[in-house]
Amino acid sequence: MGKPLIRIENVVKQYTRDTQVLTVLDGLSLEVEEGDFVALMGPSGSGKTTLLNLVAGIDRPTSGTIHVGDAEVSSMSEGALARWRSQHVGFIFQLYNLVPVLTAFENVELPLLLTRLSKADRRRQVETALGVVGLSDRMDHYPRQLSGGQEQRVAIARAIATDPTLLVADEPTGDLDARSGEEILVLLERLNHEFGKTVVMVTHDPKAAARAHRLVHLDKGVLKEDVRAKEAAGSIGLAAAVEVSAGK
Amino acid sequence: MLGIPLKYNVRNLFVRKVTTSLTVAGIALVVMVFLCVMALGEGLTRVFTASGSDRNVLVLRQNSQSELQSGITRDQVPLVETLPGVEKDADGKPLASAELVVVLNLEKREGGSSNVTIRGVEEKGWKLRPGIRLTEGRMFSPGASEVIVSDGVSRRFKDTNVGEELHFGAYRWKVVGHFDAGGTAPDSEIWTDVEGMINTFKRNGYSSVLARTPDRAARDLFVAGLSSDPRLALEGKVERTYYDEQTATAAPIKFLGLFVGVVMAIGACFGAMNTMYAAVSSRTREIATLRALGFSRLSILASFILESVFLSLLGGLLGCVLGVLAVKLALSGVTGTTNFATFSEVVFAFRLTPALLLTGVVFSLAMGFFGGLFPAGRAAFTKITQALRQVG
Repeated sequence: MGKPLIRIENVVKQYTRDTQVLTVLDGLSLEVEEGDFVALMGPSGSGKTTLLNLVAGIDRPTSGTIHVGDAEVSSMSEGALARWRSQHVGFIFQLYNLVPVLTAFENVELPLLLTRLSKADRRRQVETALGVVGLSDRMDHYPRQLSGGQEQRVAIARAIATDPTLLVADEPTGDLDARSGEEILVLLERLNHEFGKTVVMVTHDPKAAARAHRLVHLDKGVLKEDVRAKEAAGSIGLAAAVEVSAGK
Repeated sequence: MLGIPLKYNVRNLFVRKVTTSLTVAGIALVVMVFLCVMALGEGLTRVFTASGSDRNVLVLRQNSQSELQSGITRDQVPLVETLPGVEKDADGKPLASAELVVVLNLEKREGGSSNVTIRGVEEKGWKLRPGIRLTEGRMFSPGASEVIVSDGVSRRFKDTNVGEELHFGAYRWKVVGHFDAGGTAPDSEIWTDVEGMINTFKRNGYSSVLARTPDRAARDLFVAGLSSDPRLALEGKVERTYYDEQTATAAPIKFLGLFVGVVMAIGACFGAMNTMYAAVSSRTREIATLRALGFSRLSILASFILESVFLSLLGGLLGCVLGVLAVKLALSGVTGTTNFATFSEVVFAFRLTPALLLTGVVFSLAMGFFGGLFPAGRAAFTKITQALRQVG
């Protein structure tokens, strides 16, 4: 594994609801190496999605610092953060979040509209991305004309269209049947292996988590467990760890 | 770098067919009514602003608001006509016309009655108003109880066709001709010989004198001469100014148009706002996704304002079409209203000018902008993390 891509130091995230202060992340520190595939697990309210949002730069910590690559995302302005996201982060959501009135092609093209690429270059890149997810023949379909699994694959194509270093996925298989979910996981593995994308994935699903190289378990805003697959005798070991984590 | 593509907004409008159509229809109706009322005001204004020349001076008794309230005695007329500044014709006679104005209540063709201005003029009165031309028949002969009637009046009042006899009380006039004054004030009048009219109505003087001056300096000299002569107790008003003041008739209508338009526009604004709020809230997660992908707040704001403006533009254009149809079909033909300064009928036509149509479109754009502003603001400023959690 390479140098750390993500460095999270002593991050606290608090929400104020009415007068009550809710601490979602409580002094959490974590590093993720470039090219890693991390699964974030934990019960509801453990802070895993919050952590993912912070790393992806769509939320900011109350205190502490987060570095992703050379950027300190915890202190960037709203506008700078938006630009940074467009270049460095690919988002994969549980409900795919495709724009219904745009075709698969146009959905994948969206993040490219924020670059300086020419129309021809954008087309090439969209076609490549849709090729990677195996939907070259569905480019002109609207989301409602696609199955859930296909929609998620379009969403993944959108996430990789700008060739970002980091992919963040929030329950990417949460809304899919077992078979489609499996396809998505295979795809994420491939993106990680073949294309060297760093993947951070929030999941409840032990089978999804088992695909990751590393399992980070959060509970009540603190790091509870951090298991690496290689040390734990391959994926069987991790799978066991997942079972244990999920059972808790 | 490009913003959110426009097709995103356009397609979203077409996806929401029903709400889009209803909002468009609402805005279209507002624009249509606005245009109709403004066209009415425009038609009225045209009557007055196109009337009158800068070089003609209308001489009235001091402090008279209109010719109807004014009176000039016979012996004052030569004094007025010989004041310095009055233009002379080829024969060396002053270019001035002493005129008598009386308002008569005549029966309308469609029933009911209304006041019509009857103007007695000298032959020179015709020369002083170069826009007037006969459209039918001939000019009246002096002293023969003959009248000529404007096309506008003859369309609206009984017994005003050429050859017919117009009567009021004991008075009888033969209609010998029709004239057209190109949408100006005489289009609401009936003209006859002034001396005959003085006899008929047993007056001992005139209402006004209309005098031509050769240029601005002469005009000012003439007006100053009038007011400085204590024997006369008269004042001179530039003819155009006089009619501009009469435009006060159109002012309340224009005000009404603006008032009704603005009130309805605010209503339509709320309609657009409602539509856009619904659009924004049903697309909360989608908007959050766009923001997560890196689209800035400004581009989200612009995108939704644009969507609202486009929505209203559809309404505005439809409103213009409806307005044109309404003016062409339902409101065509000549219409009359009362000039509150003279209590007589003013004949005018609805005038839907290109400038008014443009105003209608701009008006609809404004509705779209203001209706879209707050919903777009909500779209742009909702927290991404919260919005992403929204289901549906």
